[in-house]
Amino acid sequence: MQNLRKDFPILIKNSLVYLDSAATSLKPQQVIESVASYYSEIGATVHRGIYKSSVIATNLYENTRDQVAKFIGANSAREIIFVRNTTEAINLVAYTWGEKNTQEGDEIITTIMEHHSNFVPWQRLAERKKAKLKVVGLTEDGHLDMENFNRLLSKRVKLICVTGVSNVLGTINPITKITQAAKMVGAKVLVDGAQMAPHMKVDVENLGCDFFAFSGHKMLGPTGIGVLWAREELLNGMEPFLSGGGMINEVTVGDTTYADLPLKFEAGTPNIDGVIGLGAAIDYLNKIGMEKVRSYEEKLVEYGTGVIGEVRGVRVFGPEKTNLRGGVISFTVDKIHPHDLASILDEQNIAIRAGHHCCMPLHGKLGVTSTARASFYIYNTKTDVDRLVEGINKAKKILK
Amino acid sequence: MDLYKELLIDHWKNPRNFKRLKRATSRVKLVNPLCGDKMTLELKVENGEIADVGFSGTGCIISQAAGSLLTEEVRKLKKLDKICKIDEKEYFKILGTNVVPGRKKCALLAYQALKKALEGNGRQNT
Ligand SMILES: Cc1ncc(COP(=O)(O)O)c(C=O)c1O
Repeated sequence: MQNLRKDFPILIKNSLVYLDSAATSLKPQQVIESVASYYSEIGATVHRGIYKSSVIATNLYENTRDQVAKFIGANSAREIIFVRNTTEAINLVAYTWGEKNTQEGDEIITTIMEHHSNFVPWQRLAERKKAKLKVVGLTEDGHLDMENFNRLLSKRVKLICVTGVSNVLGTINPITKITQAAKMVGAKVLVDGAQMAPHMKVDVENLGCDFFAFSGHKMLGPTGIGVLWAREELLNGMEPFLSGGGMINEVTVGDTTYADLPLKFEAGTPNIDGVIGLGAAIDYLNKIGMEKVRSYEEKLVEYGTGVIGEVRGVRVFGPEKTNLRGGVISFTVDKIHPHDLASILDEQNIAIRAGHHCCMPLHGKLGVTSTARASFYIYNTKTDVDRLVEGINKAKKILK
Repeated sequence: MDLYKELLIDHWKNPRNFKRLKRATSRVKLVNPLCGDKMTLELKVENGEIADVGFSGTGCIISQAAGSLLTEEVRKLKKLDKICKIDEKEYFKILGTNVVPGRKKCALLAYQALKKALEGNGRQNT
């Protein structure tokens, strides 16, 4: 996908090797322009105005909701709630559905490979409700331990919270297996789609989950816009998360009735330019095709795990089979602290991430305090990987 | 090469004062949970002067080289009132390098340990 690099102004301006797309992706000109043109040509808010520009803004905003619904295979745009990011989407579920549907003695299952975003809210909910948080472990090769998962399943389990793709190990988790098993005990399943939606075709109906959360900024969109998808009947049964303007039907001194879905969950003036930018990002991805995004990244990761793994002293984490691995390679280099490696690479204009990547429980399990992480997206090339390998070798030489 | 100057790498490879003291008058252990850097800094103070200083720990180059460079400076200055005057600005001069904000915590670990150790000897922070 060499030819699309020209769409990314940051890649044109610098000789930057950007390998931190799992944290946030770069944005193509098309997305940047869509955001700019909202401010330079429309400017009005949504859902209110009688005047033309507000009608245009509302149409763009609501069209994006339709687009998002199609993008993830939702049955209806009413099931698409715009939030700030994955973290907010998960908290929304914890504070509404979770608050109402968990009680003392209930159990919530999460996994050791979760991002803090899909871990801490459940830890806190369990604490509030005196429920139990159960944590699924890992196999040797970085997959979820499904035997362990099956043992943890019981009628007491109300919710299973699992990431679609690990942001550290790259593991692509067997979500359909998990949702099928969940149905047998009547548990709901929340999928953290932050590393999934940007990188592969998602169909929430096929996945069989009940909640799906993701962030626009990791999929070419602006920061500050994310999505919660949930089944309509669940959303109808949930109390509002935030309340105020925009989410009401009628307010009297004594009482308030709420707006219908999805606006019931969108209190306050929303992130209009973020939504419009997300729409442009989805257009961009659709033009390429999500199957192609995935197959391109799979090849890149296969190449990457190969050549990075060959460097002496390097330990690559996560599954060996690249067909079960997203665009993430976490590794350590013998005797070099990941922070030092990242700093030396930075001096060669190579951006990687070093640390615990918001997965402290996982790093504890792996027996390291931090790792270095290179993550890929559609604009990365084999040349980027080669420069990373060169950079690692250079770091080894400097610190020999 | 900006950050990893030879001085820093030398102090990382051959850390000075890397030892535990037998009769420390104050001992501070600090951890940076974000990256796992650990630093123990010990002082032996006699009559307002440093009789001995040592550090030990594990972590990134910056944190560990900083322990070596700072304890060298402490040994050189000797007098507590002079050591108490080391502020952040002076500290980065001693390290001979500037760090990006993301690495500041690593760099400051030794400095914070020293400040705490000095408090332990009834001295005020500057
Ligand atoms: C797997 C996973 N979940 C959740 C998040 C949180 O996303 P955000 O910071 O956009 O809420 C991230 C990324 O930071 C992630 O990689």
